Amino acid sequence: MTLKTPPPLNTIFRFTVIGLVIAILATAFAYVGGWLDPGRLTPDRMINTLEDNAGVHEGYRRNHAKGYCVVGRFESNGNAASLSRASVFEAGQQSPLIGRFAIPGGNPNANDGMPPIRSFALQFQLSNDEQWRTAMNAMPVFPVSTPQAFWELLKASRPDSKSGKPDAAKMSAFFADHPETKPFLAWAKTAQRSSSFVNVDYNSLDAFRFIDAAGTTHFVRWGLVPEAPFTAMTDAQKQDPDFLSKDLRERLEQGPQRWHLIVTVANPGDPTNDATLVWPEDRRQIDAGVVTIESAQAQADGPCRDINYDPLVLPDGIAGSDDPLLSARSAAYSESYNRRTREEAESATPSTQEPQS
Amino acid sequence: MNSRTATFSVPARLLHWSMAIMVMSMLFIGIGMVATVSERHVWLVQLHKPLGIAILALVIVRLLVRWRHGTPALPADLPPWQRAAAHLSHWVLYALMLAMPLIGWTMLSAGGYPVTLYSGITLPDLVSPSATLYSALRFAHTWLALSLFAVILIHLTAALYHGLIRRDGVLASMTKGQKHP
Ligand code: HEM
Ligand code: HEM
Ligand code: HEM
Repeated sequence: MTLKTPPPLNTIFRFTVIGLVIAILATAFAYVGGWLDPGRLTPDRMINTLEDNAGVHEGYRRNHAKGYCVVGRFESNGNAASLSRASVFEAGQQSPLIGRFAIPGGNPNANDGMPPIRSFALQFQLSNDEQWRTAMNAMPVFPVSTPQAFWELLKASRPDSKSGKPDAAKMSAFFADHPETKPFLAWAKTAQRSSSFVNVDYNSLDAFRFIDAAGTTHFVRWGLVPEAPFTAMTDAQKQDPDFLSKDLRERLEQGPQRWHLIVTVANPGDPTNDATLVWPEDRRQIDAGVVTIESAQAQADGPCRDINYDPLVLPDGIAGSDDPLLSARSAAYSESYNRRTREEAESATPSTQEPQS
Repeated sequence: MNSRTATFSVPARLLHWSMAIMVMSMLFIGIGMVATVSERHVWLVQLHKPLGIAILALVIVRLLVRWRHGTPALPADLPPWQRAAAHLSHWVLYALMLAMPLIGWTMLSAGGYPVTLYSGITLPDLVSPSATLYSALRFAHTWLALSLFAVILIHLTAALYHGLIRRDGVLASMTKGQKHP
């Protein structure tokens, strides 16, 4: 091949073409990365809003910051094996658990009596390299059904710098704009705060899919039902900002604590993309086995500290649903995890700069 | 390694172009998936991991092909600094194509995550969990990805410079497999 005849277009035009190609690629990259799109709800913005509300507490989770590590095991009775081929559900299968009890909010020094909700996160270690992670709340429904609405709720509930309380007018404006919050508000009005982490029901809230051995999908939600009977928070407990951890330690000294893993199966047509709606009472429920918690550790050096309870870390046989909260949780938890692990790496004594309860 | 062929072999060209598409896609998928909480996040992550591991496998094959078939010489009249820049940038591209997936895999292991490529297909852990290591690798994954994108833009500029300005057959050696003049 020889050099061609003189250029049909002048050299300046050719340089312009090259420049344009590069500029278009760089701009597209910046756009996809969100830099040219300030309106987009990114994980970064979600976590910044959580930090606006609670402050930055280095090394801690940006939500559910105050919590305790626990360990135990799950023993499957085989009842869920017909719905999901996940090995965790095989009859007699034992899976080690690393869990975490917590209260919602970004403040690691919060008062246990304040929030009406307790949370329980679990990591099931399966026999191969797979894991099942789930982060459950003690409530029947979630207040909102979309990440955007959750973000707006966070902004509306930002505490006032003087009173330390959210602006009531902003809150009621938010609830008025979001009728989907009604089931949650109705529950919150009458819900009693529990005296313990170990005597409440926890709920996945989001729907998931179980995939059986034949490849058939079943929409489900799961939850934990405790063996310990519910009792309400006492007035004496109310005075102690750390009563939940003390209670947990006392109960575990008496013996392991147990829950039944209850799987609720949707009927065709039940909402799977909306965590604000309960499914009707008569839906099939399966007791899949027993979760036993044996001991607790402080989160500063406990085994749950460096776990991100991303609800989409799932084994074969369990998958996410069309619930838009799931993707948002996965993205936001990862950003929270990135920030807190970076802070941990940067500080010589991880997660212990603040008083640890 | 320095054996000279007249042009890029067919496997070298197939690998170059398929991997060019894959690597560019990976950069856009990666940067896009961490910038949204929408449902795109999940499916982009599900694409990111297997595609990244595929790049790891292909770059190994590609280095073997390169070692076996060699590469054509650059035009004799190319200024020495451009020649040096070409060689250096190609090695940087190879190094990053190898490093990025390895960092992604190791980073997930260090974060205690199962490295799931597809439901039921989980890669073994490369390291035991360590928040410090996770954090360092997560940082590297971002900044090396941005460096890779920058080097690719320079590479593309150079390729177009050869194709549109110098018209010396270098671009054609990778597109049509033609020989340099
Ligand atoms: C878009 C909606 C949501 C956002 C943005 C969000 C955000 C967060 C964040 C940033 C964390 C800290 C993660 C970490 O650093 O490891 C967290 C923890 C948690 N979230 Fe959410 N969340 C959302 C919805 C939900 C829902 C629907 C539930 C109900 C089951 C839930 C339950 C929990 C629990 C239990 C934890 C504590 C996990 C642990 O103990 O490590 N979240 N959330
Ligand atoms: C050629 C290969 C790869 C390229 C070019 C690439 C590129 C990227 C980019 C650009 C990001 C966004 C970084 C940011 O903006 O912070 C990213 C994130 C990520 N990459 Fe990769 N990647 C590659 C391979 C892999 C592999 C093989 C894995 C795992 C098996 C992986 C796992 C991840 C994960 C998990 C994230 C997001 C982490 C988070 O949520 O913070 N990557 N990647
Ligand atoms: C998108 C448009 C691209 C064009 C037009 C292009 C063009 C070319 C050309 C003409 C060569 C031959 C250079 C020579 O003769 O030494 C080449 C080599 C090379 N390209 Fe690309 N390229 C593109 C994208 C990429 C991408 C995305 C990558 C991956 C990161 C890449 C990696 C390489 C490498 C490593 C070589 C050196 C091959 C060797 O010597 O073994 N290219 N490219």
